[in-house]
Amino acid sequence: MSTTDTDSAAGKAAENAAENAAEQTADGGAGAEERELGAAGSQLSTAPVEELSVPSLGPLGWARWFWRQLTSMRVALLLLFLLSLGSIPGSLIPQTSIDQLKVQDFKDKHPTLTPVYEKLQLFHVYSSVWFSAIYILLFISLIGCIVPRTWQFVGQLRGRPPAAPRRLTRLPAYTTWRSDAEPEKVLEAAQRIMKRRRFRSRITGSAVAAEKGYLREVGNLLFHTALIVLLVSFAAGQLWKTEGSSLITEGGGFSNSLTQYDDIKTGQLFKSEDLAPFSFQLDRFHATYERSGPQMRTPRTFRADVTYWDGVDGPARKTSIKVNDPLEIQNYKVYLLNHGYSPVVTVRDGQGNVVHKGPVVGLPIDGANLTESMVIKLGDYRDKNGKRDQVAYQGQFLPTWVRSKGMFSQFPALDNPALVLTAYHGSLGIDGGTPQSVYQLDKSRMRQYREADGKTKFARALAPGDTMKLPGGEGSLTFDGVKSWASFQISHKPGDQTALLGAVGALVGLVGSLFIQRRRIWIRAVKGSDGATVVEMAGLGRSEYAKLPEELGDLAVRLQTDAPPTAEPEDGTDEDGPKAASTPGDTEEPAHPADPAEGASA
Amino acid sequence: MNLAAAVNENLAHYSNVLVYTAMAIYTLAFLAHIAEWVFGSRSAVGRTAAALTTGTGAANRASVTVRTAEKGGGTAVLERPKVITRSAAGSRDVPDGPGAAGGTEQGDVYGRIAVGLTVLAFLTHAGGVLTRALSVERAPWGNMYEFSTTFAMVAVATYLVLLALKKNVRWIGLPLVTTVLLDLGLAVSVLYTDSDQLVPALHSYWLWIHVSCAIISGAALYMGAVSTLLYLFRDRYEAQLENPEGKQFRQGVKSVLARVPSAASLDKFAYRINATVFPLWTFTIIAGAIWAEAAWGRYWGWDPKEVWSFITWVAYAGYLHARATAGWKGRKAAYLALIAFACYLFNYYGVNIFITGKHSYAGV
Ligand code: HEM
Repeated sequence: MSTTDTDSAAGKAAENAAENAAEQTADGGAGAEERELGAAGSQLSTAPVEELSVPSLGPLGWARWFWRQLTSMRVALLLLFLLSLGSIPGSLIPQTSIDQLKVQDFKDKHPTLTPVYEKLQLFHVYSSVWFSAIYILLFISLIGCIVPRTWQFVGQLRGRPPAAPRRLTRLPAYTTWRSDAEPEKVLEAAQRIMKRRRFRSRITGSAVAAEKGYLREVGNLLFHTALIVLLVSFAAGQLWKTEGSSLITEGGGFSNSLTQYDDIKTGQLFKSEDLAPFSFQLDRFHATYERSGPQMRTPRTFRADVTYWDGVDGPARKTSIKVNDPLEIQNYKVYLLNHGYSPVVTVRDGQGNVVHKGPVVGLPIDGANLTESMVIKLGDYRDKNGKRDQVAYQGQFLPTWVRSKGMFSQFPALDNPALVLTAYHGSLGIDGGTPQSVYQLDKSRMRQYREADGKTKFARALAPGDTMKLPGGEGSLTFDGVKSWASFQISHKPGDQTALLGAVGALVGLVGSLFIQRRRIWIRAVKGSDGATVVEMAGLGRSEYAKLPEELGDLAVRLQTDAPPTAEPEDGTDEDGPKAASTPGDTEEPAHPADPAEGASA
Repeated sequence: MNLAAAVNENLAHYSNVLVYTAMAIYTLAFLAHIAEWVFGSRSAVGRTAAALTTGTGAANRASVTVRTAEKGGGTAVLERPKVITRSAAGSRDVPDGPGAAGGTEQGDVYGRIAVGLTVLAFLTHAGGVLTRALSVERAPWGNMYEFSTTFAMVAVATYLVLLALKKNVRWIGLPLVTTVLLDLGLAVSVLYTDSDQLVPALHSYWLWIHVSCAIISGAALYMGAVSTLLYLFRDRYEAQLENPEGKQFRQGVKSVLARVPSAASLDKFAYRINATVFPLWTFTIIAGAIWAEAAWGRYWGWDPKEVWSFITWVAYAGYLHARATAGWKGRKAAYLALIAFACYLFNYYGVNIFITGKHSYAGV
């Protein structure tokens, strides 16, 4: 069924594609094909013209040359390549922004590499000078590319589709037939059809020129512009952000001011009065864990029930914060980061006075099972004789204590909570004014209590409700119960909404740029020597547009209702045969009805 | 509670049985494909295709090819005029090869058997993935085992859909089935993880969106990569047809390359897949960023998985640019496409196995 035809225009006069070029506004591309087609094939996109010419002398010439190079596709390609190459080390070498400890570990293990890496800023690749240089150059290049392309595109919108090239047979898709309809009528009908199909069209001489798919350029420009919007909003976010954390025990609260943060990072342009007024309180924390299987101990649910107040005196509202589900309030987001336990204790001194009552926060010492080490320091303490003393309890909290398994918790839930403590007295060393960690005890001037035998070190394991009495009636500690604590990240990033807008814009633009096809179609109708009208149609699109022949065929069918084909003259053009339908595509295979898989083209 | 657990364990067991069964059927499909190629190599068409194309394609560049076919659409009354197409100046005018069977009847029978077996294997495979999902009561992509089995399933689905749409993709059957077997083999032997729940950070509907898009993108990009790779060989082969005096492929390789689609078709197919998937991949990354924001409080933290998604994205953007840049079209752009796909693969296997980051907590 498939036949091979030689160029049906063979024998015509020598090609003169430039004839119609006079009507054109500008001449773009320089490819061999485009030269052959003249202006008809020019500017099917707004891609910058490649030029490798050596600059004319003089600083201005060089500057222009440099700018042209920077904004060329070639350099954009190179910069994109560099950008991906430059991202690699950051995924292989530990980064300070992600994990300080790992970086330290790495530095300890590689003493010779470390100075080299530090010189190359490889521990913070994504804020390094060289990485920044790549993306800043890329974005300069991007801006330098978008602006002229936008102007060029506006020019194209104002202009009209280029006139038909002289030899339509040279185009990628072509069809022709003879008709008895008058050429003017054919052209009118053709223009009507093209208009209805939303082509921009006009009649020039004996042909209709039509073009469609300008939205492709719009999409492409939108995409590239959206990339700039994205970058600018990231930058804004960095400059004005605040990001801090706070640890709160059940019953405790947070109100948004600098002193309430355990630590806070702010952008360079942030001012403390920018903090929005809101507060919240942790009512209860729920956690459940996988009880068996290989992933035993991994958390299954984390939920913090909170009450929050929007504004200085807003009404109290209740909600829960989950790992994937932050509290959003006044453009701030409150994320649940972590959780652990605070044993609640009441400590009495030798006189029976309460010197401490409330939750104690510990330091987690094993990841999965939530064992915490803790110190309770009591600086203002009297012994049984009423003399001043300083006392410290030190030990561990185990949410699930299994006596036979030692001093580490066996499971993260509160299955068998135990508080295992020993005690010291003497000087805490806090009077000298040097700040101390609340989790650490300086034992250099403290003595550990001994059992009644005077030898064994004093220690007790308490279940909730239990009380431990210090030897010699020096005081007591009651383990009242356990509260959970949760740590929250409270962050505010001003650029977020615009960044999202940019991302959506980029996506929409991309879809337009990749799925919309820009193409041109010409229809020519002239009286042949025998008095019949010769109708010719041809189309031109980007090489990837495989549906062009199909579209041209459809349009031809449509036009044939207005310009019905007549019989071919009897001379020569033998291969034409009966008018058969056409299949577009790039395969030579006949469309075999019995073989759907191999038949049609991709 | 216990009853439900038992049901789930049963389902997980069925899932494993189904996956193994699917592997067995894929193996049969693989053998049928091999038979198709072997019979095809004996065909006269395969052997003479070369001689034919050199004559018309290379010597007569300006020639015009005409395709005729059936009437379009069942209800069309009008006959469509024939449309003459002409390849762009400078490109070769070489027709597509006749396919693996090389026009031989026997080869074609085996090819059809292979496709049939692939469909059967796919159904079994899909059953395996589905029962796994039911057993854990969530999307079947919580760890690398589940990700791999689902990935292979989607790759086969993509292929079957393209076949059903009558696209010229039957040539991809053998490489596809081969890699699916490798992937599944790796999944059941090295990556296997018992079915289990997810850690809270993975609980989100963004998980569905983000990961399913990542899987679909990967499966489609894989087809693009196979096509690109084949393009590089076929392009060389076509260059050899033009220049019979130069270095030549061995006869066996030639016989295979003569039967696949033309370099232009392969290139176009690869481009279309990559260009279609690129927005989806972009969306995958955006969805991932939104999910990360919800889970960890930041959109983007340069976590290794994020870095490699970004690298992959930039590499594909580079490929698209290369195709629009004079001097980078053709082979150079094809190399870029392969590098880009290698980045995707590394992001999937390399990052999970060699690098620890926030994403690698799902159990390998
Ligand atoms: C820095 C300067 C840049 C220049 C000069 C540039 C130029 C262009 C041009 C002219 C096109 C249209 C090509 C065509 O019509 O086919 C294009 C397409 C595209 N650009 Fe850029 N671009 C730049 C940066 C970027 C960046 C940073 C990205 C993203 C990473 C990007 C992604 C794309 C994509 C995905 C396309 C679609 C390709 C297609 O239509 O086939 N571009 N770019």
